[in-house]
Amino acid sequence: MLSIQHLTVRYPGAERDTLSDVCLELPEGELALVVGRTGSGKSTLLGSVNNLVPRFTAGRRVGRILLDGADVTLASPRELADRVGRVGQDPLAGFVTDTVEEELAYGMEQLGVAPERMRVRVEETLDLLGIAHLRSRALTTLSGGEQQRVAIGSVLTLQPRLLVLDEPTSALDPVAAEEVVALLRRLVHDLGTTVLVAEHRVERVVEACDRVVAVLPDGRVRDGAPADLLPEAGSVPPVLELGRRLGWAPVPLHVRDARRRAAGLRSRLGPPPADPPLPAPVADQGLDARGVLVRHGRQVAVAGVDLAVPRGQVCALVGRNGSGKSSLLWALHGAGPRQAGTVRVDGRPGRGQVALVPQTPADLLYLETVAEECADADEQAGLPAGSTLAALAELVPDVDPGQHPRDLSEGQKLALVLALQLAGSPPVVLLDEPTRGLDAAAKATLTRQVAELARRGHVVVLASHDVEFVARTCSRVVVLADGEVVGDGPVRDVLADSPLLATQVARVMSPLRYLTVAELLTAAGSPS
Amino acid sequence: MPGTLRDRWSLARVPRSLHPAAWWGWSLGTAAAASQTTNPLLLVLLVAVVVAVVSLRRGDGPWASSFRLYLLLAVFLVVVRVLYRVLLGGGEGGAVLLPLPELPALWPGGLRLLGDVTSDAVLQGLQDGLRLGAVVVCVGAANALANPKRLLAAVPGALYEVGAVLVVAVTVFAQLADSVLRVRRARLLRATPAGRGVRHRHRVVRAVVVPVLTDALDRSLQLAASMDARGYGRQAGTSRGRRLVTGTLLVTSVVLLGYGAFAVLSAALPTWRWYPAEAAWAQLDPGLLVLLAGLAAAALGFRSAGRAVVRTRHRPDRMRAAEWTTLLSGLACFAVVQLVARGPEAGVLLPGVRAWPSLTPALVLAPVLALLPALLTPPPALTGAQLPRAAAGGLS
Repeated sequence: MLSIQHLTVRYPGAERDTLSDVCLELPEGELALVVGRTGSGKSTLLGSVNNLVPRFTAGRRVGRILLDGADVTLASPRELADRVGRVGQDPLAGFVTDTVEEELAYGMEQLGVAPERMRVRVEETLDLLGIAHLRSRALTTLSGGEQQRVAIGSVLTLQPRLLVLDEPTSALDPVAAEEVVALLRRLVHDLGTTVLVAEHRVERVVEACDRVVAVLPDGRVRDGAPADLLPEAGSVPPVLELGRRLGWAPVPLHVRDARRRAAGLRSRLGPPPADPPLPAPVADQGLDARGVLVRHGRQVAVAGVDLAVPRGQVCALVGRNGSGKSSLLWALHGAGPRQAGTVRVDGRPGRGQVALVPQTPADLLYLETVAEECADADEQAGLPAGSTLAALAELVPDVDPGQHPRDLSEGQKLALVLALQLAGSPPVVLLDEPTRGLDAAAKATLTRQVAELARRGHVVVLASHDVEFVARTCSRVVVLADGEVVGDGPVRDVLADSPLLATQVARVMSPLRYLTVAELLTAAGSPS
Repeated sequence: MPGTLRDRWSLARVPRSLHPAAWWGWSLGTAAAASQTTNPLLLVLLVAVVVAVVSLRRGDGPWASSFRLYLLLAVFLVVVRVLYRVLLGGGEGGAVLLPLPELPALWPGGLRLLGDVTSDAVLQGLQDGLRLGAVVVCVGAANALANPKRLLAAVPGALYEVGAVLVVAVTVFAQLADSVLRVRRARLLRATPAGRGVRHRHRVVRAVVVPVLTDALDRSLQLAASMDARGYGRQAGTSRGRRLVTGTLLVTSVVLLGYGAFAVLSAALPTWRWYPAEAAWAQLDPGLLVLLAGLAAAALGFRSAGRAVVRTRHRPDRMRAAEWTTLLSGLACFAVVQLVARGPEAGVLLPGVRAWPSLTPALVLAPVLALLPALLTPPPALTGAQLPRAAAGGLS
């Protein structure tokens, strides 16, 4: 189906090849998962398949790309439109029209497909995606999962044999992500489509994939069975990690396999040791928000939420896309709208004592170098010169102060903005979807950073879709739905019992309420 | 074709959006009719009719909610017009409503300020303002009823590229506004120092402009990549001969149109007459012929260019019975007003301010004709854009 031969890519001004001598054969009807650290060249590999790299990115590319035996190395992306379908990370950024039907038809209009066939194919695609009821809806009113399905549908109407997806679930909540993965699985099984998908949250896709393509830090690419390759690429889903640590062979990839293997473990182990109880909120200490109401026009985003978080606690906000997590964070900070309610920090009005790292941290960066940004923050907070830069070096030691902020990796950008926001040493730190675009290593770093903040007595509240990260990082979880708090409690109580929010380990060990690999290994007495 | 009249009527009532050109034709017709008169009765009737049609036939897209702005603009125009009369005019006669001192002109024949506010001045201001406001409401109706993107998409094949550029520009502009809001909001997160002066302002502007422009460039590239990967512009190859023919035709048409317009407006060419030379209809401005020739050349050029674009449309907008009804009702409204203006009762259209304005049966017919689309066209197909606010009603 797809054959990549000796592909080497180097971007202008780069010191080394982003991809070097890549050879890859992808047979028909396979779902291949592309993994690798941030900036390792996953997107470059995906873009090379339909020649968006180097046509849209500049750079030097050597090698050959063959589709079904035909050499398409020099073809333009538009010539490949009916052979390779490409879906990006942010569906809204790729939409050309307004409504679902028009978007599905757009590609066919460009190719001059006859109107009668176009109508039939649009109908078929609507059914295939299960979005027939949304056909005339405006694209901006759809949920994230629906938008991503429309984006996939808009390339499916051209009936490509190969589908290339760049992090299709990274912005989605767990339920919406499952919808998209289920759709991909259906395409592979029922239509024989070949799918090449890059994803950081490996645990979401690994159950559906046939093989893993690992992009290694030196630009080489290896492909093979998931169990062999994932550890090498540094992204191991919890189930796989568990199997490897406990010496299960073959190593399970699916929760179902792991559950069967863990039957003995479940009967042998008792329930996990009780967590220390959550500290009761102390009056006039930490964050205390009461009756927070946020409305956007007629729509109520946050409906009178009370939230008290004592100092030193890490609290997670979870809930589906659009459930009011971001609105609540912005209202707590004071920069966003708040129609009613009070926010107090240590008994005083909260303004100026709360730091917020927004979903797109880059919005805050505007100077040319990291050092300038840090100096700016020092000046504004009235700190001695160099203190923010020192704080940044503590968070991530390998940042060059002379670098342009836009050239940093996602994890480094996040750390930079965090350091800037912490310059005034505010007691409350709010993080909105901090794990977006982070690879496993960066997430582990973030977990350590958050723990350090809590140890120093900060209040940390973070909104996240990433339940594995929440389980490792937070001690308390608040579940939001339609702007109301529907669940609030210790992380184990909330996550372990929920069918959708449970971590992989919780699913494997249910009804024993273990959440993470580390605590399970400790309980099992295995060296970790 | 379905058999009975009833079947056909039911079929015609299936909700769908009309061709945008039909709504534009209708609204320009009513606007032209409104511009012909200062009769407040007729103007109020026209505005009421237009508001009725808009509230019954507009969809729920973002453009539909813009109608309220046009109404506010119209009210604003009326108010400004009256204030303007009070401030600058006054004293033309009629009852004195509010005695005000008059500021002497600074130079002979210069502006006179204030002075007694008379009923004539206020009423004239009202009439003028109403006319202007009615025209604005009529044009605003087209903006609320017709999806601007579909109007752009309905351009002839030859203008497809231009249409696509405009569609993308509209999309990106909306996104740009979005990202300005987002970045400005993000600015609030970083404590802004209490400094002032050029350097400070420079820094604040830069803090917004740099991220917004970076964002806009990123988005444009992503959109371009997405369009390209989905086959945009794939069929755009044309032969050299075809390009030459198209180019020649289009340049010729531009020259002819330019010269024709000049000739018509300046009456530079001698008028042609033919038998019977004394009849008014036998007079012909040759500039008009040049204009027509230019239009013909343009049509041929577009056709030639359009033939190279092999592109199909999903659910193309077609001019069907409802579309023609809409278009013709707008034009008929204008025609009736025009006929009255040419006829013996023309004075009704421009009543003085001393007498109560009156209407003739023919003038009542004009707004009634404009109301037809509200009854004879199918209701709009909804896109669910406003679903979360389904409770909203009325003109919002």
